[in-house]
Amino acid sequence: MTQHRPLRDWLRRNLFSDAFSAATTVALVVAALCWLPDLIDWLLLQAVFRADAVACQAANHAGACWGVVAEKYRIILFGRYPHQEQWRPLLATVLLLVVIVASGRGLLPLRAMLLAWAVTLPVFFILMGGDRFGLQPVGSDQWGGFPLTLLLATLGMLLAFPLAILVALGRFSSLPLLRGLCRSYVELVRGVPLISVLFLASFLFPLLLPPGISIDVLLRVLFGIVLFAAAYLSETIRGGLLAIPAGQHDAAAALGLGRWQAMRWIILPQALRAVVPSMMNSAVSIFKDTSLVTIVSLYELTGSLSLALAGDPEWRSFHLEGYLFIALIYWIGCHAMSRFSRGFEHAAH
Amino acid sequence: MPAQRWRNLLVQALIAAGLLALLWWLLDATAANMRERGIRSGFDFLLEPAGFGIGESLLPFDSGDSALWALAAGLANTLRVALPAILISTLLGTLVGLGRLSPNLLLRKLCAAYVEALRNVPLLLQLLAWYFIVTDLLPAASKALQLAPHVFLSKSGLSVPWLGGDGGLIDLPQRGAMNISGGAAMTPEYLALLLGLSLYTAAFVAETVRAGIAAVPRGQSEAALALGLTRLQNFRLVLLPQALRGIIPPLTNQHLSLTKNASLAVAIGYPELVSVANTTLNQTGRAAECITLIMAVYLILSLLTAWLSAWLERRNGRWADHS
Repeated sequence: MTQHRPLRDWLRRNLFSDAFSAATTVALVVAALCWLPDLIDWLLLQAVFRADAVACQAANHAGACWGVVAEKYRIILFGRYPHQEQWRPLLATVLLLVVIVASGRGLLPLRAMLLAWAVTLPVFFILMGGDRFGLQPVGSDQWGGFPLTLLLATLGMLLAFPLAILVALGRFSSLPLLRGLCRSYVELVRGVPLISVLFLASFLFPLLLPPGISIDVLLRVLFGIVLFAAAYLSETIRGGLLAIPAGQHDAAAALGLGRWQAMRWIILPQALRAVVPSMMNSAVSIFKDTSLVTIVSLYELTGSLSLALAGDPEWRSFHLEGYLFIALIYWIGCHAMSRFSRGFEHAAH
Repeated sequence: MPAQRWRNLLVQALIAAGLLALLWWLLDATAANMRERGIRSGFDFLLEPAGFGIGESLLPFDSGDSALWALAAGLANTLRVALPAILISTLLGTLVGLGRLSPNLLLRKLCAAYVEALRNVPLLLQLLAWYFIVTDLLPAASKALQLAPHVFLSKSGLSVPWLGGDGGLIDLPQRGAMNISGGAAMTPEYLALLLGLSLYTAAFVAETVRAGIAAVPRGQSEAALALGLTRLQNFRLVLLPQALRGIIPPLTNQHLSLTKNASLAVAIGYPELVSVANTTLNQTGRAAECITLIMAVYLILSLLTAWLSAWLERRNGRWADHS
């Protein structure tokens, strides 16, 4: 007698396929029963959601103190930006996010997209910096929190991209000197930690410029991030270029295209399309790596959390809740980018 | 085509000249800047006394020792955290990666959740969080948690039994009224860094391992099982040797990034190479020299690892060819 029992079949296939699997299932369920109630207690049931330091202290870490986020979210999200003017970074961030999401989802035709970027980036800087259209000037040393994280990641990626293409193409040049230079740059940067590049940008760049000229620390750090990201991106693009079958080169040559024409119109577009998922991985890394600028005293998201909590004896014992809050922000950003890259892969196949 | 060759040579000469001019201009500007600000240059500071202490060190060090020795102690500390972290992350990552391929749905989801959660949050943030958990949320040394007999965990770190001690083969930590004595003590900084680096890198190792095994065609397993091999034999003799070819190169890269990521210790005050070099930089003002030293050491480490990895790949290639 064969009877169709979907639930039983499903359980057998997924949870009890053999003795080891069954033991794993039992062990995991028992562990969940032991730990989950405590976790839910801490996260929600015994947690304090009001911005009330006394209630948080009274909970004595048996429940999370989400009140710390309610109390400090403006400093965590916007750093030292003047309180009254914080609508400006908020608006700038929302605008930039809208353009990023619209570009990622392909909601706009190419021309409109380029136009949107060309408008949004200057608007972002005007909103943040002010000193125009009656906006009060705010120096870039006061920029902080999420807008700074977003700015560093976006500009880092946008500026690294053309440089990376040039370096990747340089590695296929017929000039040995150019090939050697591009290769040394990539190997050098990939061999050292980002923090050393940031130290270079923050301590050494001021010395390299002629006396009298100084650039803002934000730009210097951005420059460092671009140099760093371009090396990794160029390796990705080079991989894409190598993966294009020789027939494509031959066909382009047969059509009478020169070497660089073939590169520009035939090879590069295919190579770039093929490596979009790996480039998204680089974008995720850059987004996470922006947290390192806090070590050279820029108050992006991670830095502004310390700014908000470290000096406040009432709230400083609730750092963990603050870390979890910004971890969630980073997680959403990274997760969205990997989702996009997976979607692209499915669409391509 | 001789004309083409001459043109190429000319272009390269122009590039070289342009680069040299840029370099000369930068060095000139730097020299002028340093004169103006009264910054001295040169590596002579390396032999002068460091003038600062190092919280914990594998090599014997005090502030009278030279800056060079301080940097060596920093490098030793980098390796002291990187090597165990490489071991832990590889083991844990392999388990999680295998878990993601398990027929058990719960285990698969749990391992996927681990990878997703740890990989998508900046390492720096995780390190700061671990450091906060160890130093602020754990009980004081007098009320240390006892994880196992003679293994104590508290605000002052982790104490475990270790070889040696007075008059015995093994030195067991004991809980006193105020602190823990004996055994090997890991400081909170070391513990947070070790945990953070290992758990973060394990997520990437897991992905590497999963991808490597998934890349072996299904037919291989099916053929092995049809030949009567058990699942374990199939894994050990058929899947693993083929998967390792795809796993080892990216795995070495993960180990290398772990070593580079150890430099984030500067944020929680564990005195590894970058942290010590940063202190030296602040003490002596020799930015160019200190940054060059950091970069040179890491480049050498990278080259050594690349060499080791190529050797492993060759060896592994030989295994696969012979079996």
